Amino acid sequence: MKLRKTAASAAVVLALAATAACGGKEGSAGDEQGGKTDEKALPTYKVAEKVDVDSPVLEKAQKRGTLVIGAKADQPYLGFQDQSTKEYSGFDIEIAKMVAADLGFSPKKIKWETVDSNAREQAVRKGDVDLMIGTYTINDERKKQIDFAGPYYDAGASLLVRKDEKDITGPDTVKGKKVCSIVGSTPLQTIKESKYGAKVTELAKYSDCVKQLIDGQVDAVTTDDAILMGYAADNPKKLKVVGDTFSEEPYGVGLKKGDKALQKAVADALEAHQENGDYKKAFEATLGKSGSDFEEPPALEEK
Amino acid sequence: MNVLLDHLDLFRDGFLGTLALTGASALISLVLGILIAGCRVSPVPPLRAFGTAWVTLLRNTPLTLLFLVAFFVVPQVLFPGINSFVLAICALGVYTSSFICEAIRSGIGTVALGQAEAARSIGMTFMQSLRIVVLPQATRAVLPPLSSLLIALTKNSAIAGGFNNVDLFNIQKTLSNDGFNILVIFFWITLAYLIITFAISGIFRLLERRLEVAR
Amino acid sequence: MSASVLYDAPGPKARARNVVYTVFGSLLVLGILAVIVWRLDSQGQFNPKMWDIFNYSGIRQNILDGLLATLKVFALAGLFSLLFSVVLAVGRLSDHKPVSWLCTGFIEVFRSVPLLITIFALWIGILDNLWSDVFHLPGSISVNPMWALVLGLTIYNACVQAEVLRAGVNSVPKGQAEAAYALGMRKTQVMTTILLPQAIRAMLPSIISQLVVTLKDTSLGYIILFPELLQTARLISSNTTIDGDYPYVPTIIVIGAIYIALCLALSSLANWIERRGRRGKTGITPAKAEEPAEEATV
Repeated sequence: MKLRKTAASAAVVLALAATAACGGKEGSAGDEQGGKTDEKALPTYKVAEKVDVDSPVLEKAQKRGTLVIGAKADQPYLGFQDQSTKEYSGFDIEIAKMVAADLGFSPKKIKWETVDSNAREQAVRKGDVDLMIGTYTINDERKKQIDFAGPYYDAGASLLVRKDEKDITGPDTVKGKKVCSIVGSTPLQTIKESKYGAKVTELAKYSDCVKQLIDGQVDAVTTDDAILMGYAADNPKKLKVVGDTFSEEPYGVGLKKGDKALQKAVADALEAHQENGDYKKAFEATLGKSGSDFEEPPALEEK
Repeated sequence: MNVLLDHLDLFRDGFLGTLALTGASALISLVLGILIAGCRVSPVPPLRAFGTAWVTLLRNTPLTLLFLVAFFVVPQVLFPGINSFVLAICALGVYTSSFICEAIRSGIGTVALGQAEAARSIGMTFMQSLRIVVLPQATRAVLPPLSSLLIALTKNSAIAGGFNNVDLFNIQKTLSNDGFNILVIFFWITLAYLIITFAISGIFRLLERRLEVAR
Repeated sequence: MSASVLYDAPGPKARARNVVYTVFGSLLVLGILAVIVWRLDSQGQFNPKMWDIFNYSGIRQNILDGLLATLKVFALAGLFSLLFSVVLAVGRLSDHKPVSWLCTGFIEVFRSVPLLITIFALWIGILDNLWSDVFHLPGSISVNPMWALVLGLTIYNACVQAEVLRAGVNSVPKGQAEAAYALGMRKTQVMTTILLPQAIRAMLPSIISQLVVTLKDTSLGYIILFPELLQTARLISSNTTIDGDYPYVPTIIVIGAIYIALCLALSSLANWIERRGRRGKTGITPAKAEEPAEEATV
């Protein structure tokens, strides 16, 4: 009994020491290059005033005073949340700021909500988030449940491997290899087909896959090249992206089904910022740093 | 009804997956549990301390945390390339072993001291008294908690479904991801678990009846 | 350690043998520990840089937020499950057969379904489906991850606690209820003033042991991505790079210590109440804290 009590109090002390929120270093922990964008190169966006869009979602947000945007938190250079500062950064985050500015919300008025891949449709449908901007591929299956504005970026499935990997050079060389992706993702279904014949591992998050890749539990991670390049740039000593893309993943902004006015407003905002150069600047300050070359944005189809 | 019939092979895989996870981890936890219980009742202090530490640490750690250790620490620290199924049954087995150890220990505790003393005084050896006097009585006391532990293990095995294992939870996730009505999926998954848990408690009731003696 | 069921008080020969076992046992245990520490060290897990992350106020605040989220879910689920368990237990003991059957069925079903399955179904929106597809009511019910976790924990633990309470009510000597009826008390009065208070008192250690299980199970929020303590640990680990490695080991050790400390604190409360209760002179012995009734252990 005595032993147990001592153990308990020792553990309590340890826990308190570890979690005491007072004191400690400021700033972000870990490596310097870890998923951080070039703050200085980021464009600033002019916040529109008196926005009048006939959209129930937007009216609610205006009454609330904040725009709730769903984003990813574990994808360096795309949608990434620094765990020391709780700040979001990345290309998707910049897109979100652009759109929000044109809808009349300054970055401070944005409430970020981390939404993971398999919860996105639900979050938009139930109204938990007003807009979903997080590597969100436009496809017909999803369009049954929600609407999109975009596409604002063309990604495509690719492969992430360890730096010393020699056998895997592209999707044709993964036969019998263990390839990891997240539950229900489309590249995973593709690579499972007999044409490619990979053994698949399904985990909940891409960051879980990357960890397993580094540990040697799996041989490759597959998903959109933008996401993979972000990871490779975040950890250049251990990871690299190989091969050409083997699918098309146009990214869009997810919003509630039937809200045509909001869809148009978002599409207009995207178009305006693509034309005035903000889009390119934002890209070069974020994804561009991970080695992706800038390409002209795709034509807006959903508007 | 259609969800079940259209995806019968998925449900079958999930059902068998849950059975395999439960069975394999039950085996691991029984072996480990008996070993640790042996440590805890042994006359050797360091082994007793080891047993106590094992039980205290594992009983107070969430199983999900052990899964995290199994999937993100063990491959890095030991060696890579361990199959997800093996990692999952290790996490489940190690976790459950601490509870099984305690069940066995309290089972041995139910045997009256006089019984063992009587056995020794009529000249039985250690093995004889263990085999003829102590264990048969302890087994009877251990069976009911063991049954509920195995049922709990069945339920806990669902967590493995979140870590790249095909089991009933994984099927629930896959089907709801494909947009089927969660109400219907939940109904069939529940039924599957009810079948397994009833089977386990049925088997143990049968065992208890076989071992029952008039006192 | 004198005699036990398994072995007699050791004589000189056995004592000598035990010394040998002690040496070998210690070497074995120390050996296993050494291998683990050596492997961790060779992977750079004891590199001071790895542990430096806990010196940042942001990370500490993050862990604190996760801890508070876990405690909040635990407090809500603990409270609701206790309230609901009284309803279920009284319902199961009711003389009205339909009520009793309904409660029995509810308890048996939700005790057999893994908590994770229930939480996931709630998160996906099973309530909304029930609401609109089965009862055809207007509007919709939206369950966010936190409430999915709280509701799931409430339903499952209420079922287990209801069984604990039922055992408690049954442990009250029959004469007490009979005496109360003889005094002219009604059924509700007997239940609320005679049976339940004594049942709760007798079962308090078991109830608290089950609360420990509730606390541990809040970590299932990890699977539905609710930012409780474990999910926080995962995010800290995956979003921080240190020399091309991720601090999974340090974070898991710290978060694990917090969980163990919380659970041990609750269990020692159960033990304290049990010891204190034994001094009482109610004639009802409190249940042993170490073994919660039936399958409440895990």
